Amino acid sequence: MTNKSEAAQRLREQAAQRILLTDGAFGTMIQSYRLEEKDYRGDYALGHDQKGNNDLLVLTRPDVIDEITRAYLDAGSDIVSTNTFNANIISQGDYDAVHLVREMNLAAARIARKAADDYQATDGRPRFVAGAIGPTNKTLSLSPDVNDPGYRAIDFDTMKHVYRDQAEALLDGGCDFILIETVFDTLNAKAAIMAVLELGEDRGIEVPMMLSMTITDMSGRNLSGHSVEAFWHTVRHARPLTIGLNCAFGADLLRPHVQVLSGIADTLLMVYPNAGLPNDLGQYDEQPHTTGGLIGEWATSGLINIVGGCCGTTPAHIKAMADAVTGHPSRAIPKIAPVTKLAGLDPMVMVG
Amino acid sequence: MATAFPIDAPSAVSTANFVNIGERTNVTGSARFKKLIMAGDYASAVEVARQQVENGAQVVDVNMDEGLLDAEMAMTSFLKLIAAEPDIARVPVMIDSSKWSVIEAGLKCVSGKPIVNSISLKEGEAEFLKYARKVMAYGAAVVVMAFDETGQADTKERKVEICGRAYDLLVGIGFLPEDIIFDPNIFAVATGIDEHRRYAIDFIEACREIKLRCPHAHISGGVSNLSFSFRGNEPVRRAMHSVFLYHAIRAGLDMGIVNAGQLDVYDAIDPELREACEDVIWDRREDATERLIALAEQFRGKDAAAEKAAEEWRGWDVVKRLEHALVKGIDAYVVEDTEEARQNFARPIEVIEGPLMDGMNVVGDLFGSGKMFLPQVVKSARVMKKAVAHLLPFIEAEKVQGQRAKGRIIMATVKGDVHDIGKNIVGVVLQCNGYEVIDLGVMVSWMDILKSAKENDADMIGLSGLITPSLDEMVTVAQEMDRAKMAMPLLIGGATTSKVHTALRIAPAYEGPVVHVLDASRAVGVASTLMSDTQRDAFVEKTAADYAAVRLAREGKGQNELATIEEARANAFPLDEAQKAPAPKRPGVHVYGDWPLEDLRDYIDWTPFFRAWELAGNYPAILDDEIVGESARSLFADAEAMLDRIIAEKWLTAKGVAALWPCRRVGDDILVHTEDGEITLPMLRQQIRKREGRANMCLADFISSDGDWIGGFAVTAGHGIEAHLARFKAETDDYSDILLKALADRLAEAFAERLHAHVRTELWGYAEGEQLTNEALIKEQYRGIRPAPGYPACPDHSLKPILFDLLKATDATGITLTESFAMLPTAAVSGFYFGHPDSQYFGVARVGRDQLDDYAARRGVDLETAERWLRPNLD
Repeated sequence: MTNKSEAAQRLREQAAQRILLTDGAFGTMIQSYRLEEKDYRGDYALGHDQKGNNDLLVLTRPDVIDEITRAYLDAGSDIVSTNTFNANIISQGDYDAVHLVREMNLAAARIARKAADDYQATDGRPRFVAGAIGPTNKTLSLSPDVNDPGYRAIDFDTMKHVYRDQAEALLDGGCDFILIETVFDTLNAKAAIMAVLELGEDRGIEVPMMLSMTITDMSGRNLSGHSVEAFWHTVRHARPLTIGLNCAFGADLLRPHVQVLSGIADTLLMVYPNAGLPNDLGQYDEQPHTTGGLIGEWATSGLINIVGGCCGTTPAHIKAMADAVTGHPSRAIPKIAPVTKLAGLDPMVMVG
Repeated sequence: MATAFPIDAPSAVSTANFVNIGERTNVTGSARFKKLIMAGDYASAVEVARQQVENGAQVVDVNMDEGLLDAEMAMTSFLKLIAAEPDIARVPVMIDSSKWSVIEAGLKCVSGKPIVNSISLKEGEAEFLKYARKVMAYGAAVVVMAFDETGQADTKERKVEICGRAYDLLVGIGFLPEDIIFDPNIFAVATGIDEHRRYAIDFIEACREIKLRCPHAHISGGVSNLSFSFRGNEPVRRAMHSVFLYHAIRAGLDMGIVNAGQLDVYDAIDPELREACEDVIWDRREDATERLIALAEQFRGKDAAAEKAAEEWRGWDVVKRLEHALVKGIDAYVVEDTEEARQNFARPIEVIEGPLMDGMNVVGDLFGSGKMFLPQVVKSARVMKKAVAHLLPFIEAEKVQGQRAKGRIIMATVKGDVHDIGKNIVGVVLQCNGYEVIDLGVMVSWMDILKSAKENDADMIGLSGLITPSLDEMVTVAQEMDRAKMAMPLLIGGATTSKVHTALRIAPAYEGPVVHVLDASRAVGVASTLMSDTQRDAFVEKTAADYAAVRLAREGKGQNELATIEEARANAFPLDEAQKAPAPKRPGVHVYGDWPLEDLRDYIDWTPFFRAWELAGNYPAILDDEIVGESARSLFADAEAMLDRIIAEKWLTAKGVAALWPCRRVGDDILVHTEDGEITLPMLRQQIRKREGRANMCLADFISSDGDWIGGFAVTAGHGIEAHLARFKAETDDYSDILLKALADRLAEAFAERLHAHVRTELWGYAEGEQLTNEALIKEQYRGIRPAPGYPACPDHSLKPILFDLLKATDATGITLTESFAMLPTAAVSGFYFGHPDSQYFGVARVGRDQLDDYAARRGVDLETAERWLRPNLD
C-alpha cells in the first residue's frame, strides 16, 4: 500500500485558501556574495576549477545558502527549493565532482528543511521543501549532431538513473516534493517522472511531483517542440501536485501561456517567471514593483495558485509578489471532462 | 469567415470523431515500407510517414514486426528520425508490436503521449497488469486486444466479456478509462464457413455494448481483415469496408486503420453491390455470401473498368468534371478544368461562387450524412484549394492598378481550428473589392492576431472558425482585444458562429464593435460600412442595439360571440360508446426511476428545438434550409455532441410515473375512482358559438358516463441539470446553458412521447401492435391524446396538484410544484391520457361568466380564486 503524502495534502489545503509563494532565484543571490574559488572549493581536493559550481556551496558555504533560503522565507515564501539545480552526475561530471552528488543533495535538502521548519515553528504557518531537479545539459529528444538526426547523446534508462539518484538523496535529506523544473525536453521529463514513480513504488510512498516546463521560443514551445498543451497531455500521468512554467520570460510575456495552462490543467498551477528579459549585459533590470504589478494582475484574473521567481529575482521581488497577491483568491482548479488526450508536438483530443 | 462549408463541421456526424490511423509505416501492412526498411533506406521511409500525415492521418502507426529485422533497432531508429521532423512529429505515434520489448524500446524514444498497440489478457491477468502498469508509467494510452487465456474473442458475448474484464482490471489499477482503446477483432466474413457469418454483426453489436459497459473508452479496429476472402478484388473489398464502417462507426467504432484511398463514398457504391454487402454484413439472407461471390465476379477487373470510367468522366462538361473531381478528391486535372471554366465565365470569381462552391456543397452533404469520411473530405478540400489558387492571380489582375486599398483586414482561423476554405473565399471576395487582406492562416493564437493587427495598423480583424470550440477561442480573442484596449471592429464568421452566439458571448467581451457576418456576400457590405466615415457610427450603434435586443430576448420572452353554458353543453361532442377503450391490461400506478436516455433520444422532436433558437423551419428539412441550414446544422451538431455527453456521462436522470384509473363522467366533470374514493376533475367547455355540425368540446365528452378509464402521467428529464447549469454559469457560458436547458426540455417531451407509446402498447394495451416512426409520432398518428393542465384543452393549471396527488408524482419522480403550479425541474411534462379513438386536442379559448360561476362551484373554490386561475380565458 502506498502511503499518501501528508505534505501534499497540506499544500493543497493551503493553496485552496490563498495564493502561495515559492522562492526566487539562487544564482542571482549567490552572485551578490562575490564568492571566490576558495569559497566554492572549501577543503575538497577536486581536479577542476569549482568557481561557478553553485551546487557545491551547500557543502562548502552552507551559511550562504542558508542565508538566502531564510531571506526568501522572510519575504513570504511558503515553499523553498533546494539549491540543487545541477546536483546530478551529468552536470557535476563537468566539475569532476560526481562523487559528491549524493552528499550535495542531502546537504541542500537539510538546509532547506531546517530553515522551513524553523519558520513554521515560529509562526505556525506551514512551510514546504521542494527538492529541485534540473534538466541536465543532455537531451533525449534531439540529436546534438545536425548531420545525424537519429543520433542521441544519452538514452532514456541512463537519464532515468541520473534522476533517480538525485531524487533519492533529496528525499533522504527531508524534501516534501520533487520539483522537476526548467523542462526544455519533454522526454527528459518523462524519464524523470518514471524515476520518481519507481522510487515511490519501491519505497511504498507517494512522492509528490511538481513539474515546470520552460518555453524557449515566442510561439510557446519548449526545445523539444511541445506546445504547453501537448506538454500537459504528455506529463499528466505523473498526476503532479503542481504543473507550471518557469524561466525563459518575464511575467508579461509568460502570461498568455499561463492562461492556456490555467484553463486545461486540473491540478495546482505554479509559475515562477524571470525578472523580465536580460539586458545586453545579461542582467535583469525588472524592478520588484514591476514584477509585483504583473503578478497582481494574474491574481486578479484568477490564473494561479503558486507564484515565485526564477532568474534575476530576489527576496524583494518575492515580497512584492506576496503583497500583490494578498487578498486575491487562489485559482479554481477546473473540472476537466474525461476525454482522451494524446500528443505529438501538438496536442490531440479524442472526443468519444 | 462566413461562407461556411458544411464539410468543415466535423462535429456534424459521428464519422467526424473517427480517428484515422496511418498504417503505411507498418512493415506488415505495406510492402513498400518493408522494402525500404529492409534495405535500410530510412530517409525514404521517413517520407512515407510525412506523406501519410499530409494525407490526413491523425496518428501514425509504426510497426517493425518482421522476422528478418532487428525490430527493436528498427523501431527506435525510425522513431528517433521522425522525432526530428516537425511535420510528422506533430501527431501522436502508435507504437505497434506483438513484442513487449519492442514496445518498451519505442516508448523510450517518443517524447509526446503515444498509444501502445497492444496488450491483452492472452497470458493472464498478472502479465496483463504488469504491462499496463508500465504503459502508465511511460504515460501512454493503450490498445487492448479482445484476447484472453482461452483465445481470441469471436462472438459478441466474448468480445464484451473480455473487454469488460480488461476495463475493470485497468481501471482498478488507476488506468485512466479514456486512455483505453479496445480492439474487439474484426474478422473476415463471407468466407463460406457458417461460423463466420455473424462476425460483422458480432463486432458491431459488441461495439455498442462495450461503449455502454466501459465509459470513456474507445474502440479501434483493422478494417481490411473483414474482406479477406475477396483478396484481389479491390472494388468489392472497398465496398465492403465502406458499408461496414458506415454501420460500425455509428455503433461506436471511433478509430481505426483505414486507407482513405481504399474507401468508397457510401452513396456512390453500385446499389446492387451495396445491397449484397449489406446482406453479408448483417447476415440477412441464407445465400448472402453466394450472392456476393457471384456479384463479385462482375466487379472483378472493375479496376480496369474503373479506369475506363475514369477516362469517361473526362468527357463530361466542365462543371460536372469539377464536381466529380471535388467529390472524388482527384487533383490531377483540376487546374486545367478550372482554367477551362474560367474562360467560360465572365469573371474568375464566378468560377468559385458557381461550380466550385456547388461541388463542395455536394461533398458537404455526403459528409453530413455520414457517407463520406474525414480523410476523403480533406482530399476534396485540397482539390478546392488548388482550384482557388489557380484563380487568384486572375482575380488579382482584375483589380485596377494603383488603386489604394479601401481598408486593411487581418483574417485568421482561430487557434485549434484548421478550417480555412470559407475564410479564404471571403478573403478573395474582399480582395476583389479592393481591400487589403492580411491572412494569418489557420490555428492562429490570439497573441499573433493582436500583434499583427497592431504592427500592420489594421482597420479590422476577421475571425473564422468552423468547429464548436472555435467559439470559445473567439471569445478569448475578444477578451484579449479588450484587455489590450483596442478599438477596431471585430468581424465574426464561420459555420458554428451565429448572430445569437455573437450577441450573447462575443460582443459583451469586447468594448469595440463586434459584427457577425452571415456569409461571404455580406462581408464586403459590412467592411465598406465600417470603413465609411458617414455610415460607420450608425451601423455600429444599430448592431450593438440589435445584439442587446437579442440578449434581452434571451432573458425574458377580434372577438367571437359566446354561447351560454347550457347551449354549449347541448352541443357537446357525442361519444361513440361502442368504441370505448377496453380496460387496461395493467391498471394502477407504474413508476420508472431511471428511464434510459439513450432510448429517449430517438423520440426527440427537433422542430421545437430549432424554434427555441429562433431558427424557423421543420426538422429535418431545416438542416438543408438555404438560409438557416448552416446554423441549424452546427447548432444540431452542438446539440448532438452535448446529448452524447448527457447520455454517456449521465448528466440527467429521466424519472416518470404513469397510471390508469377507472372513472366515469358526470356532466363536465370526470370522476376518478381511487382507494380514497372518487376524485373530481372538473373540465372546461368551449363556449364560442360553432358552425353547424361542430361541437362545443370538453375533455369530459371523451369519457363514458357508464364507466370508463382515464390515465395520468408526469415525467421529467431535469434531474441533475443544476450542477451543470451552475458550471456553465460559473464559466459565463450562456450558450451551453441555453443548449442544455433546451435539450433537457426536448428529452422530457421525448419521454412523454415514449411513455405514451408504452402506455398504448403495454399498460393500457389498446394499441398492442402499434408500429410508428418518430415522424408519425410527432404527427400524432396514434389513438388517444395526452392533454396537459395549463394547455388549451385543459387551461386550468390548478388541476396539476390534483393530478400529482393521484399519481403521488412528487414521491415517484421528484417533480415538485411551485405555488403557481410550475413544475420543478422545469424540464417536465404532465398530463392525462384519454384512450377513445375520437378524443382529440382542441382549445377551450374564451369562457363566459356563467361557466366561471359553475366551474368555481364544481372545483370547490371561491369565485375570486377561480377567476385568478382562468384569467387568460376570461374577457
